[in-house]
Amino acid sequence: MWVYEKKLEYPVRVDTCNPALAQMILEQFGGADGELAAALRYLTQRYYMPIGEGKAILTDIGTEELAHWEIIGTLAWRLVKDAPIEKIKGTPFEAHFADHGRNPFPHNAAGFAFTATFFNAKSDPIADMHEDMAAEEKARATYEHLIQLSDDPGVTDTLRFLRQREVNHFQRFGETLELLKEHKERKPFY
Amino acid sequence: MDRERYRRLEEIQAIGFVLIELNLYLDTHPDDERALREFNTYGQQLRRLVTQYEAQYGPLLSSGYSPSQFPWKWVNEPWPWDMQ
Repeated sequence: MWVYEKKLEYPVRVDTCNPALAQMILEQFGGADGELAAALRYLTQRYYMPIGEGKAILTDIGTEELAHWEIIGTLAWRLVKDAPIEKIKGTPFEAHFADHGRNPFPHNAAGFAFTATFFNAKSDPIADMHEDMAAEEKARATYEHLIQLSDDPGVTDTLRFLRQREVNHFQRFGETLELLKEHKERKPFY
Repeated sequence: MDRERYRRLEEIQAIGFVLIELNLYLDTHPDDERALREFNTYGQQLRRLVTQYEAQYGPLLSSGYSPSQFPWKWVNEPWPWDMQ
């Protein structure tokens, strides 16, 4: 069960109209290491998780990732919502526009549509936790690429916030991995 | 959106963020009493700010966690992706 909060987790400011940057930012809306893949990965992995701390962290980080997905959608939307068609033609956003207009859609920067094959749930919490830690590091790397590509100060500020969250989630998953190892030692046949 | 509303929303976002952080930390450190005290204190502060904000600008939470005046205020603009 979820309750919607009618606000963003972090204030978003967009200073420019920039369809090309919007297309790059959609990498985190529907790409392999993006926010939607992260949310579904963690929320899907909860069922086999044997310890309460792990069920809590997967639920809470999965939920925060949905809030990040909303922030990314907001960035992409604001970068194109007032764009005249002449500013869209000839940019990497043009192919997106042909199908979806100005509304964001979950595909990566190259236009490949979102798929559940971007993540997994193995019924093996140690394996899942390693996937989750790797996912956070890959998302951090993607944000660093996007920060290099952004020439919009407002967008860059939000990207920096999101990058920092990946570092933090990585830390929490690392702690969860240690708790899982302790749990495994206590209970040798799980 | 007017500046005063934006300022009050940012205050809620700031304390809300502290609570998200403490929540995740407590998930892997459930025995840290000091962090738990901070979580409960900031939680009270958040609820107070949310109640004040909602009295002026309408509901922030869905599903019955926020009351609405007549007519139903949940549908009012702006929605989060349009707030600027």
